[in-house]
Amino acid sequence: MDTAAIGSEARSSIGAAQSLDEIEKLRVAYLGKQGSISALLKTLGGMTPDERKEEGPKIHALREEVTAALGARKAELEQAELEQRLAAETLDLSLPAPETPKGSIHPVSQVMDELAEIFADMGFAVATGPEIEDDWHNFAALNMPESHPARAMHDTFYFPQAAGETGANEALDRAGSSARMLLRTHTSPVQVRTMKAQGAPIRIIAPGRVYRSDSDATHTPMFHQVEGLVIDKGIHLGHLKWTLETFLKAFFEREDIVLRLRPSYFPFTEPSVEADVGFAIENGRRVLGGSGDEPGHGWMELLGSGMVNRRVIEMSGLDPDEWQGFAFGVGVDRLAMLKYGMDDLRAFFDGDVRWLRHYGFSPFDQPTLSAGVGARA
Amino acid sequence: MKFSLEWLKYFLETEASVAEVSAALNRVGLEVEGIEDPADRLAGFTVAEVLTARPHPDADKLQVLTVSTGNGDALQVVCGAPNARAGMKGVLGLPGAKVPANGLELRKSAIRGVESNGMMCSTRELELGDDHAGIIELPDDAPVGASFAEYHGSSPVFDVAITPNRPDCMGVEGIARDLAAAGLGTFKPFAAEAVAGTFACPIEIRTDDPEGCPAFYGRVVRGVTNGSSPEWMQQRLIAAGQRPISALVDITNYMMLAFGRPAHAYDLAKLNGAVVARRAKDGEQVLALNEKTYTLDSEMTVIADDSGVHDIAGIMGGEHSGVYEKTTDVLLEIAYFDPERIGQTGRKLGLASDARTRFERGVDPAFLDDGLEILTALILRICGGEASEVVRAGSPPSEPTVVAYDPALAEKLGGVAISEDEQRATLAALDFEVTADWQVTAPLRRHDIEGPADIVEEVVRIHGLDNIESVALPRTDGVARPTATSEQVMERRVRRAAAAAGLNEAVTWSFISEKEAAAVAPRDHWPWVLENPISEDLKVMRPSLLPGLLSAVQRNLDRGAQSVRLFEIGRRYLADGEHPTLVCVLAGERAARSWQGGKAQDFDAYDAKAICLELLEAAGAPVGNLMVMGEAGDVYHPGQSATLRLGPKKQIASFGMIHPATLKAFDIDVPVAAVGIHLDAIPAKKGGGAFARTAYAPPALQSVVRDFAFLLDAGVPAGDLLRAVNGADKTNIVDARVFDDFRGTGVPEGKKSLAIEVTLQPREESYKEADLKAISDAIVASAAKVGAELRG
Repeated sequence: MDTAAIGSEARSSIGAAQSLDEIEKLRVAYLGKQGSISALLKTLGGMTPDERKEEGPKIHALREEVTAALGARKAELEQAELEQRLAAETLDLSLPAPETPKGSIHPVSQVMDELAEIFADMGFAVATGPEIEDDWHNFAALNMPESHPARAMHDTFYFPQAAGETGANEALDRAGSSARMLLRTHTSPVQVRTMKAQGAPIRIIAPGRVYRSDSDATHTPMFHQVEGLVIDKGIHLGHLKWTLETFLKAFFEREDIVLRLRPSYFPFTEPSVEADVGFAIENGRRVLGGSGDEPGHGWMELLGSGMVNRRVIEMSGLDPDEWQGFAFGVGVDRLAMLKYGMDDLRAFFDGDVRWLRHYGFSPFDQPTLSAGVGARA
Repeated sequence: MKFSLEWLKYFLETEASVAEVSAALNRVGLEVEGIEDPADRLAGFTVAEVLTARPHPDADKLQVLTVSTGNGDALQVVCGAPNARAGMKGVLGLPGAKVPANGLELRKSAIRGVESNGMMCSTRELELGDDHAGIIELPDDAPVGASFAEYHGSSPVFDVAITPNRPDCMGVEGIARDLAAAGLGTFKPFAAEAVAGTFACPIEIRTDDPEGCPAFYGRVVRGVTNGSSPEWMQQRLIAAGQRPISALVDITNYMMLAFGRPAHAYDLAKLNGAVVARRAKDGEQVLALNEKTYTLDSEMTVIADDSGVHDIAGIMGGEHSGVYEKTTDVLLEIAYFDPERIGQTGRKLGLASDARTRFERGVDPAFLDDGLEILTALILRICGGEASEVVRAGSPPSEPTVVAYDPALAEKLGGVAISEDEQRATLAALDFEVTADWQVTAPLRRHDIEGPADIVEEVVRIHGLDNIESVALPRTDGVARPTATSEQVMERRVRRAAAAAGLNEAVTWSFISEKEAAAVAPRDHWPWVLENPISEDLKVMRPSLLPGLLSAVQRNLDRGAQSVRLFEIGRRYLADGEHPTLVCVLAGERAARSWQGGKAQDFDAYDAKAICLELLEAAGAPVGNLMVMGEAGDVYHPGQSATLRLGPKKQIASFGMIHPATLKAFDIDVPVAAVGIHLDAIPAKKGGGAFARTAYAPPALQSVVRDFAFLLDAGVPAGDLLRAVNGADKTNIVDARVFDDFRGTGVPEGKKSLAIEVTLQPREESYKEADLKAISDAIVASAAKVGAELRG
């Protein structure tokens, strides 16, 4: 076959090729060692210089043309094949992806972490103490001897006498107190324990579980309190007021928190002060902020506090003429409800996963001063 | 305690408004819990005159009245009261007014076809008394058209919480004294006038228990008429929440509420022989005024005569000797009882009363004589009669508390500068005596005054806590140091790690039922059982967090949850103390059925293991050194649970599937995997304090992976083989991982084939064939020690 005939045949067969296999076969047929174009090239050696001058370029041109045509057709076919494969691989991405379970932090833990952060900034450490307490630390050392009427305000859970004797907590039999073991009714015994254990000066908060034999819509037999204690030289009610204001403003992240201090009574403080916070009603909910005396506002009792009674300081092993300070206590669950809008205390302790997911916090909502201690919805 | 503004003004001359009084009460520490204005309840009720009255055409008992309210046309009103008649004045409720007794809103209506434009009201309908025989008849001079509330003189009522340290404010007079000191007006103390006795007291009065009853004063009034008390007294008692009963009872209640002074009146006719304050005999019984019988003991003080006990001293009188409508002669008792004794007795009997509340907090020891005179005078005025001479047995405490006070203390403790003059004035207004050198004598009624801090409280609260300026706590110098302990930091990390692993944190009760406790631990593992639980469900201090979480799981499953992942961090309460613990429960489905995965997959023991190790790692436990051992305890599936230990005796965690029997005890019908970590058993991280890590550079040479398959006894734990392999060459082997566990065809019965992928890390230079051979030989030799042979 001559150059022209091979050329026209190659053009039509390459154009008609439908697979990469066919392309490869055609390449071998034309350009392979035994291929027809390779054969043409070999004929050049037997030609006269004139013939070669004439035929040479034609054959070379043909070879280049066929090479290019094969390449182009191959690319076309590859592209088509890819497109076909991709089309076959199409997914319905509206189908659901595998779910990763979402964990959550309980509001009580979250708020306790927030408190630790806020008070750390004021130099307070976090202290703890036993929940199964002895009568002395829970009452007598806090200036509530056996017959004190204020004990009636604490609906106390007791253990039978024998439990105290076999229990690990030291059995105490001090003046004004029985050796009886009980569930602490407040976090205040941590005050006594801290003063005894570390001496002064002191800046602590003590969050934890407390227990009272009380159960209705707003009371549960177990709840959480946080105690604050500052013992130093020259500490007075003005410092208490500043600390409460600073704490509440930082916690609710509102500059307009207004405190109203009222004289009150706790056996372990003197003078004793109750702190009310002003609130407004917004969308049927109490929202802290502003003075409670403004029209449509009110005051909400929030905290008990006062200057630590010198008897308590004395019973805790410090010299009340040298050291004085203040203490306060507030419900952690209550703070959580006020800030994050839950309205049923009992739900805190039910473990309903729907509630925990709704009111709980992401593990990455770690309270920090720089990002804000509160976690916004 | 409740009192009306009108009553307060009896002891306090003031022009202050209700809001001002309320603010002042709060300011001095008498917390206002509520204010109720009866005028609000009487809005829409008017003084009206009946002009004409004629019978209703269609009803025998009804009349049709025309009533004038002083302006506009007379109104037609249908009325059923027999006493309704032309010319009388009464109270008309206009349409729109709400009847206090039943809350019904009055409307213009037709009664049996006759139009009625309101209602003429009875005393009961307006809740002013019990009379419902007819409509209220007002005096002729009542101003027609005036608001009835205004005419009637109803007064706003304050409800005030009195703290236990202030029994002196459990009477209106004491409250007035505090308010006057705070500048709200002028205190008008009630001046008692002595009533001379006209005859010797005919009955002997004695105290045989001077400890429990140091003083017992009394006198007889004979020839009294015990009718009803006067209107003004009834109004005050009603305002205070006391139902009027009879003149004599009302008068003693009035004494208690006006002066904070409980007193008792006995019907003299029912007494036999001397009336004596004495200890009760063990087992002695008394029927009290609340119609309950109490059994007494010898630590309780009573008032008794020859026939028995008539009064649980200072707490409640007896039913038999109380006054009633036919009483003509009374014995009045004003005593001083030891507060501690009253408290003990009251607690023991579980008996609360207004008298107990006052006596156990401490009444005014200086108010026995005056109290008795006031009581006598009131009885003579209201009930008539004739008073005997006063008999005084014993004497009340009379030693006042004297405090050496330094006026500078107000600022030092209270943080507010108050002038010495003001402090003196305040203390004087509160009835304290102050000498020139600041020796402060407290009035006897102020049992709460013990030392200088109490004096500070008095001057600061009257000065006003609002006047205290906030003062910042001084910041400590230097670099801020962490305030959290390592345990606290660890707990925070573990908590957030658990939530990040997809678990929801729960907080469950610290106390559980005995049944729940028994389901997870033998009886001697839960030593803390409450004596007075609030319910049987909340009785035992939990020896494990598992029951609380399993109960929560069960509740969630009942609500339709398919998959529950909960954890809690809290304490277990054991004989040797309280142990911080973390427990996770994974119940039901790990993965729901899905278009990808097909059927739902339940949690298994390896899910528990994975979470356990992840949390231990977050807690900083030396995870690489832990041994997987058995004996996870009876709550677990015996073949699908394990413990992680740092040494044979030092367990720090357990994990696995919960035993089916345990699940049954909690009514759970899906598999539950659980993890328990003893947070206090995790050793504190060593080398704390340094920020710099140990030196490290990633190796330059590529690691090499070699696979081995071993045949070994099916009972040998894979962990043993892994440890052996790892231990074969500690420099080169950086990881060994089981990737297949095969039993069956090709593997002899009782054996298993474990395939292990070993990663080798060359250090200085690449491995040569000989190096790799040496390592492989070492691995095979080491594996042989646990009975594993290389598969051919």
